[in-house]
Amino acid sequence: MALPPSLKKVSDTIWELPVSYKPGMLVPARIIATEKLVRVMDAGVFDQVTNVACLPGIINHAYCMPDGHWGYGFPIGGVAAMDPQHGVISPGGIGFDINCGMRLVLTNLTLEEVQPHIHRLVDALFYRIPTGVGCTGFVRCSQSEFGDILEQGSLWCLRNGYAWPEDLEMTEEGGCFSGADAAKVSNKAVERGYDQIGTLGSGNHYCEIQVVRPENIVDERLGRAFGLTIPNQIVIMFHCGSRGFGHQVATDYLQLFLSVMERKYGLKKLDRELSCAPFNSPEGQDYFAAMKCAVNMAFANRQVILHRIREVFSSIFHKSPEELGMKMVYDVAHNTAKIERHMVHGKKKEVLLHRKGSTRAFGPGMEGLPACYRETGQPVIIGGSMETGSYLLAGMETGAETFYSTAHGSGRTMSRHQAKKLGRGQKLQRDMEERGIYVRTDSWGGLAEEAGAAYKDIDEVVEATELAGLSKRVARLVPIGNIKG
Amino acid sequence: MPYRYLEEIATADTAFEATGSTLEEVFTAAADALLNTMTADVTGIAPEETTTFETHNAELDLLLFDVLNELVFLKDAKRLLLRIQSIAFSHDKEMYRAKITARGERIDPARHRLLVDVKAVTLHRFSLEETEHGWKACVVLDI
Repeated sequence: MALPPSLKKVSDTIWELPVSYKPGMLVPARIIATEKLVRVMDAGVFDQVTNVACLPGIINHAYCMPDGHWGYGFPIGGVAAMDPQHGVISPGGIGFDINCGMRLVLTNLTLEEVQPHIHRLVDALFYRIPTGVGCTGFVRCSQSEFGDILEQGSLWCLRNGYAWPEDLEMTEEGGCFSGADAAKVSNKAVERGYDQIGTLGSGNHYCEIQVVRPENIVDERLGRAFGLTIPNQIVIMFHCGSRGFGHQVATDYLQLFLSVMERKYGLKKLDRELSCAPFNSPEGQDYFAAMKCAVNMAFANRQVILHRIREVFSSIFHKSPEELGMKMVYDVAHNTAKIERHMVHGKKKEVLLHRKGSTRAFGPGMEGLPACYRETGQPVIIGGSMETGSYLLAGMETGAETFYSTAHGSGRTMSRHQAKKLGRGQKLQRDMEERGIYVRTDSWGGLAEEAGAAYKDIDEVVEATELAGLSKRVARLVPIGNIKG
Repeated sequence: MPYRYLEEIATADTAFEATGSTLEEVFTAAADALLNTMTADVTGIAPEETTTFETHNAELDLLLFDVLNELVFLKDAKRLLLRIQSIAFSHDKEMYRAKITARGERIDPARHRLLVDVKAVTLHRFSLEETEHGWKACVVLDI
């Protein structure tokens, strides 16, 4: 498509729309992408990222990452830092699936050891991890105990036998955003989600068995530091979020903010999906506390799923998960808002950072990283399509431009209905199996919608983040088995 | 079918347009379009369980938004796939009100051809408008 005429090339990977692009813009909007990627971005990205640039309290620029496409309110790939005193918080800057995120787990198994068991492994994962429309989990908790999960996240899992102590250290923020307050979530949200702990969900959510081939290791030193030490090593990656609970929290507060933003706070509605409230207001603080509950629910969800994955591998290989070396590489959120400290105009300041379809990517030496990653920078997990593979990256020292934020996936370029026209799910499953990827799904239609051709080229996306100095490639991870929601 | 899916609006998600000669028809068609996003065979949903709910909103379009959101909620909270049976609308000074009777059955992956889960009904390009032939709604669902 034609690029907006006022889009200015700042560098090979930064494209800027000036404040004159749209009335009300407070800062310029910047798109992080190569020329090839910026040219395939949909018009929604330019419109939405410049709407974000109009939000009160925004600092420096509104950003969109290289995998960006239109979203609700913010584009997917949207990043915005707000002044916590004078700025706003917007559910549209976080997304409906609060703390949708990625987790990567090691094994000490090789492709040669796993390949003969791949059908049994994938089938067992498929039966043990509920997927699909309206699925419920195996963790039985009362609605009041669910409140503990909301406030404690992965810590609840540790206390209840679903986590190893080191899992928490390998999770962003230790698997618990402090300040979560279960009193700030609706009964509806609890009713919708309290029995969904340990479920994958649907759409683009998946659990994948992947191989790290020697030729796909880009940085050996970082690979070793992240635990990739064996040729053809098998790892497990999964992608899911806060399920119906988080979706309801987002829906509830979106409507609350819509009802107060103009009437009570005089904030202009540019788009009903971009509803917001002052961060420093009762509504803003209530949403922040409720959003943290959804963040913690998602951490617990991924932790319980990891527990199940360890059980499955243990039963198939007749060894304990410890003996199989099933340690976490890391767990990263890509739909959140949080307070972080960053340099702003030469001074270290607290900012309220919205990342929607964007991963935190702290560079070497930054506070908040576990000791083992202080020298390497944070592992960044980028999920690709189920056909083409994914990436493990590392945060870079040069990521300050985007407040140490990077891409989150490959980003769709084709609608779900268009993707279905490429072929039926059953055929895709057969084709993929011929190429060495065994897939199980609850939904043939859903599978067809996730075909690799529906996504951008992930190699180009991660290369753009590396060229922009946000995250560097460590290894490309290739699927051999996949369960899809 | 009084609804059709729109391909060009939602790259990552699903958008549809629903129509009806009356308000009740367009609400019913929109609910079916929502259901058809999650399961392939809408007419095969047996009317085994009946549920009723009431909702109100100062804006008529947001009344539809609320009804669709309630159906998404019931899908997760009660595991129900529902079709609207009847709607009683009323309108007083400040509020539009709808009393919905919906029928359907519990999700059964063994019998229902399930497609994709709906996370949320969005307000992105959401509209409900009166046309020459009745009513038309445009809805984008987050998948």
